[in-house]
Amino acid sequence: MSVQVTERVEPAPGAKGTPLIKLTGVKKYFPITRGIIIQHKIGQVHAVDGVDLEVYKGQTVGLVGETGCGKSTLARVIMRLYPATEGQIQFEGQDITHAKGRDLRDLRRNMQMIFQDPYASLNPRKTVGSIIGEPFRLHKTVEGGKIKSEVQQLMELVGLNPEHYNRFPHEFSGGQRQRIGVARALALRPKLIVCDEPVSALDVSIQAQILNLLEDLQEEFGLTYLFIAHDLSVVRHVSDQVAVMYLGKIVEIAPGASLYRNPKHPYTGALLSAVPIPDPDIAAQKKRIILEGDVPSPIDPPSGCRFHPRCPRAQFPTCKEIEPPLEPFHEGQFAACHFPLEDRALAGTALPA
Amino acid sequence: MAEPLLEVKDLKVHFPTEDGLVKAVDGVSFAVSPGETLGVVGESGSGKSVTFLTVLGLINRKSAKVSGQVLFRGQDLLKLPVDELRNVRGSKISMIFQDPMTSLHPYYKVGNQIGEAIRAHQRVSKKEAFSQAVEMLRRVGIPRPQERASQYPHEFSGGMRQRAMIAMALSLNPDLLIADEPTTALDVTVQAQILDLIDRLKQEFDAAVVIITHDLGVVAEHCDDIMVMYAGKPAEYGDRRDIYYAAHHPYTWGLLQSIARLDQEQQERLQPIKGLPPSLIFVPPGCPFHPRCPYVMDVCKVEVPQLLPANGHHASACHLTLEEKDRIFKEEVMARR
Repeated sequence: MSVQVTERVEPAPGAKGTPLIKLTGVKKYFPITRGIIIQHKIGQVHAVDGVDLEVYKGQTVGLVGETGCGKSTLARVIMRLYPATEGQIQFEGQDITHAKGRDLRDLRRNMQMIFQDPYASLNPRKTVGSIIGEPFRLHKTVEGGKIKSEVQQLMELVGLNPEHYNRFPHEFSGGQRQRIGVARALALRPKLIVCDEPVSALDVSIQAQILNLLEDLQEEFGLTYLFIAHDLSVVRHVSDQVAVMYLGKIVEIAPGASLYRNPKHPYTGALLSAVPIPDPDIAAQKKRIILEGDVPSPIDPPSGCRFHPRCPRAQFPTCKEIEPPLEPFHEGQFAACHFPLEDRALAGTALPA
Repeated sequence: MAEPLLEVKDLKVHFPTEDGLVKAVDGVSFAVSPGETLGVVGESGSGKSVTFLTVLGLINRKSAKVSGQVLFRGQDLLKLPVDELRNVRGSKISMIFQDPMTSLHPYYKVGNQIGEAIRAHQRVSKKEAFSQAVEMLRRVGIPRPQERASQYPHEFSGGMRQRAMIAMALSLNPDLLIADEPTTALDVTVQAQILDLIDRLKQEFDAAVVIITHDLGVVAEHCDDIMVMYAGKPAEYGDRRDIYYAAHHPYTWGLLQSIARLDQEQQERLQPIKGLPPSLIFVPPGCPFHPRCPYVMDVCKVEVPQLLPANGHHASACHLTLEEKDRIFKEEVMARR
């Protein structure tokens, strides 16, 4: 019944083939209504506004952007937790934009999610064993009697003590809870795991433990990650490819190293320059691009290039009137900007010269 | 160096609970001088927040056993009666909390909330307090402050709320500002703005600042001195060059190595600190860090290391000899960074 073709040869990361996930012009608008009985639509939030993205098997694609740029909404649209307003989502070449019922359930077996807040994403009234075992019971992939041993294997895999099977979430620390979330996401051996800010609620020393765990699991099970975070150093560490989002659109996408060495979009440059570096001398040399103001409202996004009201390089009227398309720069690097940054122009800001 | 503004001597805060005595803070000493920024770094549960809540007298004196001295301009705040302490708190020492979403009252206009803080300490009319609030909002860089002051917190973004909190904290021109994880809930771009703002205001108001954080990256640019805390005790204390370029404690090394760095070319594996922070009821005997320490020796399991000065005011609490510390830091820690 399942819709996947599993015997396909895995392309090496970077090699083309059918992408595991392919988004074409995906949009998600949330209506704003007024009125109690008769609801009038008075506007809409352009949360995700036309995103094209391809994720290949075995790759990690990082998605970065400020609060409210639509990265979490995009993740939920991919997971089919929100219906897309427009556009198409393909999973292994199959259109899943409107999958429902049985197809959708089969699909969910292949796509799982790890959430940001390990305190809110675990039911406090259930034991860890039943939280991790829940996917088995829902999808009936393991018979009832074997669930416990499967769960204990998973717990061991993610570095939890299997003897803690009957404990409750409050008995665990933040890092351990995030391990429970990882075990639950792994239970059905999915192909894609969407990680929505998986480490931002954790202490730095514990973040490293979880990042290493995710790396090990990727190697062991050939997982594909869509890794959402606002911390660029973390995204750089884990991702093969990084997409930068601003107000519902991808403004730049590039292989990790070239994005950091050679950002093209002024927004990427500003984001990179704001990242603190744990080294006072290098930090002191760094030239910061301070962005003025806040992200504009996605209800009525600015015309032309959405970044123009805050952009230090904006030229008028071009940037205000014409929306820049994503154009190729270097190998695999695309940016949407009329006046992109020069090569290595940021050498002294993003990286030490 | 100038006369310290705040001097904490051997502060201990213990909470008796049903499960046992929680030694949240267990012998912390430090000093902050005017115009200086002290960074306090440690994991969740290392006692960094409790230390400063105690300085402010926000710990319930009935439920906690507090000992030691908290000298503010030579006056022991721990011995001060509650109403006198209230005069110090807010006007002389003020605090910014981690979560700007929950520390503003959702029912009151932002301007009135800031005005309330002013009116608690100064005899001014509501109108006068409100206009002072507007002026403060302007100084922390909020555009259209007049309009913004009559809005409710939900109309502010996260960064704006944190600015409003800073405006409130600085409205009485305090001598000491304590910022407890001021940027943890914020985006990197906003984080950079807020830290710069704190730096600028420190000079404008000639105040001393304490920044509490779990991320060594955040404090690299902004702190003069850094205290690393572990299990309620200071593990290492020094100026920032000591901490970043000559750290002496294995816990500090672990913190430095576990950060994913943007300016690193090689995609090496991160080196996390193994294990978890200890329970503060059953603190391991000897050095509290020994179960997680890669350089553990027999003496570490029995004897509590004292915070011993190495040079100047750089001090660390570790049984390794000074030569070993220098060697390990150079060969193993710096080499991997």
